[in-house]
Amino acid sequence: MTNHWVDIKNADLVLVMGGNAAEAHPCGFKWAIEAKKDRKAKLVTVDPRFTRSAAVSDYYAPLRAGSDIAFLGGVIHYLLANDKIHHDYVKHYSNAAFLINPGFKFEDGLFSGYNAEKRNYDKATWSYQLDKDGFAMVDESLQDPNCVFQLLKKHYSRYTPELVNKVTGTPKEQFLKVCEYIADTAAPDKTMTILYALGWTQHSKGSQNIRTMAIIQTLLGNMGMAGGGINALRGHANVQGITDMCTFGANLPGYLTCPTDADPDRKTYLEKRTPKPLRPGQMNFPQNYPKWFTSLCKAWYGNAATKENDFCYDWLPKLAGAQDTLAMFDRMHQGKMNGFVCQGFNPLASVSNKKKVGDALAKLKYLVVIDPLVTDTSEFWKPHGEFNEADPAKIATEVFRLPSTLFAEQTGSYTNSGRVIQWHWKAADGPGESRDDIDIVAGLFLKLKAMYAKDGGKFPDAIMGLTWAYRQPARPSPEELLQEISGKALGDVFDPKDATKVIVPAGQQIAGFAQLRDDGSTSCGNWIYGGCWSQAGNLTARRDNSDPSGLGQTLNWGFAWPANRRIIYNRASCDLSGKPWDPKRAVLRWTGTAWGGNDIPDMRPDAAPDQNVMPFIMTPEGVARLFAPGMAEGPFPEHYEPFETPLEKNPFSPNNPKTLSNPAARVYKADMEVFGKAKDFPYVCTTYRLVEHYHFWTKHSKLNAITQPEQFVEIGEELAKEKGIANGDKVKVRSNRGFIKAVAVVTKRIPTLMIDGRKTHTVGIPIHWGFKGLTKPGFITNTLTPYVGDANSQTPEYKAFLVNIEKA
Amino acid sequence: MALQSLDIARRSATTTPAPGARQTTEVAKLIDVSTCIGCKACQVACMEWNDLRDEVGNCVGVYDNPADLTDKTWTVMRFAEVEQGGRLEWLIRKDGCMHCADPGCLKACPAPGAIIQYANGIVDFHQENCIGCGYCVTGCPFNIPRISKEDSKAYKCSLCSDRVAVGQAPACVKTCPTGAIMFGSKEQMKEHADKRIRDLKSRGFANAGLYDPQGVGGTHVMYVLHHVDKPQLYSDLPKDPAISPLVSLWKGMAKPLASLALGAVALGSLFHYVMKGPNEVSKESEREAEKEESQ
Repeated sequence: MTNHWVDIKNADLVLVMGGNAAEAHPCGFKWAIEAKKDRKAKLVTVDPRFTRSAAVSDYYAPLRAGSDIAFLGGVIHYLLANDKIHHDYVKHYSNAAFLINPGFKFEDGLFSGYNAEKRNYDKATWSYQLDKDGFAMVDESLQDPNCVFQLLKKHYSRYTPELVNKVTGTPKEQFLKVCEYIADTAAPDKTMTILYALGWTQHSKGSQNIRTMAIIQTLLGNMGMAGGGINALRGHANVQGITDMCTFGANLPGYLTCPTDADPDRKTYLEKRTPKPLRPGQMNFPQNYPKWFTSLCKAWYGNAATKENDFCYDWLPKLAGAQDTLAMFDRMHQGKMNGFVCQGFNPLASVSNKKKVGDALAKLKYLVVIDPLVTDTSEFWKPHGEFNEADPAKIATEVFRLPSTLFAEQTGSYTNSGRVIQWHWKAADGPGESRDDIDIVAGLFLKLKAMYAKDGGKFPDAIMGLTWAYRQPARPSPEELLQEISGKALGDVFDPKDATKVIVPAGQQIAGFAQLRDDGSTSCGNWIYGGCWSQAGNLTARRDNSDPSGLGQTLNWGFAWPANRRIIYNRASCDLSGKPWDPKRAVLRWTGTAWGGNDIPDMRPDAAPDQNVMPFIMTPEGVARLFAPGMAEGPFPEHYEPFETPLEKNPFSPNNPKTLSNPAARVYKADMEVFGKAKDFPYVCTTYRLVEHYHFWTKHSKLNAITQPEQFVEIGEELAKEKGIANGDKVKVRSNRGFIKAVAVVTKRIPTLMIDGRKTHTVGIPIHWGFKGLTKPGFITNTLTPYVGDANSQTPEYKAFLVNIEKA
Repeated sequence: MALQSLDIARRSATTTPAPGARQTTEVAKLIDVSTCIGCKACQVACMEWNDLRDEVGNCVGVYDNPADLTDKTWTVMRFAEVEQGGRLEWLIRKDGCMHCADPGCLKACPAPGAIIQYANGIVDFHQENCIGCGYCVTGCPFNIPRISKEDSKAYKCSLCSDRVAVGQAPACVKTCPTGAIMFGSKEQMKEHADKRIRDLKSRGFANAGLYDPQGVGGTHVMYVLHHVDKPQLYSDLPKDPAISPLVSLWKGMAKPLASLALGAVALGSLFHYVMKGPNEVSKESEREAEKEESQ
């Protein structure tokens, strides 16, 4: 979230789209209800299903699963065509005025630079026009045909309400009604918050779903404002935390990126990642990348990391190719992986195409499962009737189960969706032989180190040289780990303005990432967490909920990354002169000498407004990107169909067969071959979560099992009638990858939509069942889902694919 | 099982005058259906606080689970899909005991002290006095009490009288993530309901209102409904609930007959005493039964 949970209460409009906040985040959803009750806010839900969120909304509009960009592109068109944008904000705080390379083109669904064979783009033309000093050129009148604003207008002029209706199935008047709600928040003193989750990410163009909304929020001037922002609702209890700590194989902690084969040395690595400002006087905060990266190397390799040896850069693995979940299991499936350590992860149930995952696991020599529960994955080899037709005689994989403690049996920190890191204390000891995850991993590491010491090996340095200065090496304490993550001075740290003045003496915890250095004098395990455990102690353990502004900022509750800032881009909540756009919800203001107010400024504190330092300090241009060249499939989001689609042509580029689905998404050949066609699998299917369960854990809990005991499939009344399926009947749902059987829930809440002139039905399937647990045994829903991911994040397309259904 | 901090106002099949020295605030639970997301956290909190674990059931084609109230399920969410003026609504109502001011169950109950009403308005079942006759089921206009197959006694929501007795809100209220379930004095709850109803009317629900049916003297569990004119939409919430005429019949003509039956129970208790030894509860119910018979 750019904002935070409590801040939802400050919104005038709460839009729930690409998620189902009431269902998946019931506790946080209280703030949406607060906004309704206390601020008279409107709540609007857009979803293929009439959800629990829709049940308490002022307005609901349906759309077909996988058509969000068409819908949101239509909103952009509406805002521009009806002049419902925040003009001053757009002009100054976005790249609307920036001039783009005249070679940039968009034709027939493709942007310039496409390589059909490689399924990727050469992005050379997706660039700003630069002046002789290397700064981007702008046209403040926004009239130049090559300026971002004009290109944006042109791109989305195609997203007419009629075409939106044809693709999304949203009735035109309902689409326009949602547009009106959204457009109202273009007023400088009105804000919309958007609550989304996996309903936007789990598509072959998931990142672009979110980008489209980022464009809308920028046009409306809702970024940086109380009650605004782009708010990803993350999973319980610590999905934000593991993401920050690099759950993605291509990342290092704090969203630094892994070195690759193309970065043979530290200098090359850093040069590519340390941008120069694209406009004069901008903060260009990523210019500090070398400080973050060097401090990370020092945290890992300590005294072994010296300036002379490039801080052990050579010890870091260099990625060759993709390291995401789909790529990993594909390699495993090809027999190119021997072992797999699976910690807090149940891939047999949670990765798409269960058959492929099961076959892949069967090719391993060994599988280590670290989990508090008996996961389905740990029994992938065991026959469980129709639910898991495995043949142990043919599987040689050795499976080790290492029981870990549950979250409530551990001390440590959680990071919530609002980036607030909160310390927690264990409530009980774990049962039996269970151990904390930290202890298990420490045990594995020490054993590995001892083996290297005894037997040697090809490359022992990275293991032997790793810093491990914990009081009890086999049991590092969560406190020691958070101190290490937060960072400390290894030598005296000096004031950059006065080289004689020590600001952090050697040995002390740093107060924030601004004190990190690239000369080896500081160490920090994750720069964005810098200062969360300062000399003042563990700031994440603070529990002072005083809220002087009434905005719910509570700056002394836990610690929000970065820098305890609660609303990111908060400089944008003020006009150019530093006055809040909405004085009633002032987050920040220029006091005459410094930025101050109800948050930690996202700005150099002494940057006077007349210095024109723009609010989006993490971009080299200082402004928000309406045009974003970093994306894999184009700088403007374009609608592409899901890889399994009921349509034969993409209505936005009907003459180009290459652009039916995301042209830049990576698809493995064998997976492409098992995509189903609409003639065999005519129904759009989408998978989701229920409030009664959490993923595949709570099927092991009796209370959860009582409240939602048995697997079911939801269909609309019209489809049920066509198929002769009655409420409560057992049905079989098939995709081209397999089938599941479940109870039919026939409901008015799944509308039949008219897509491109044809009636289109949706089948909805909750994911929570499996063959282990206290619920009635069920099928793994991901038996059905396609093995293809988003072009940027590789998050699988769980939300839109094709199935057929019949009475079982 | 009487709670020291709660005075008893009425007791089934008993004429002993109620205590009157202390003043007690009338309490109420307010369920704002318009902000309820049907998450069932209240069901889970109820099971946890009251040590209830029902069977792991089946999906019967709806979200309602368990599918109905039982002796081990004292509250359930009931989900209704209705179309109002061309607009779909998913009306989710937390069902359970309404704690009527004029409780049909208590009136119908022949077992002395099996059903009591506290001065604060809570209607509670004291199972140790229950004879399992099922009259409370007939007496209830909301179809709430359930007779256990294990011990043949009636069970239902106690409004967490044990929690309320020590100044705590009921478990469902404490856990409700959206604040849709509230608890306080009946007066406060009505005021709060007024605010919510004004908000709902401003959002186009012209018939929003408070469900506090007067046919049973008002209730200590009240609903804010978007359509108070049509409570039936909410999984058959009765429009004008009243105590069944059968209960009046019982209170009139049939009572002597039933008393005779009670006498048999008392005799049974005596045998029990002789054969199994003293039992506090039985002795008490024996005395109560004798008292009832002497009237």
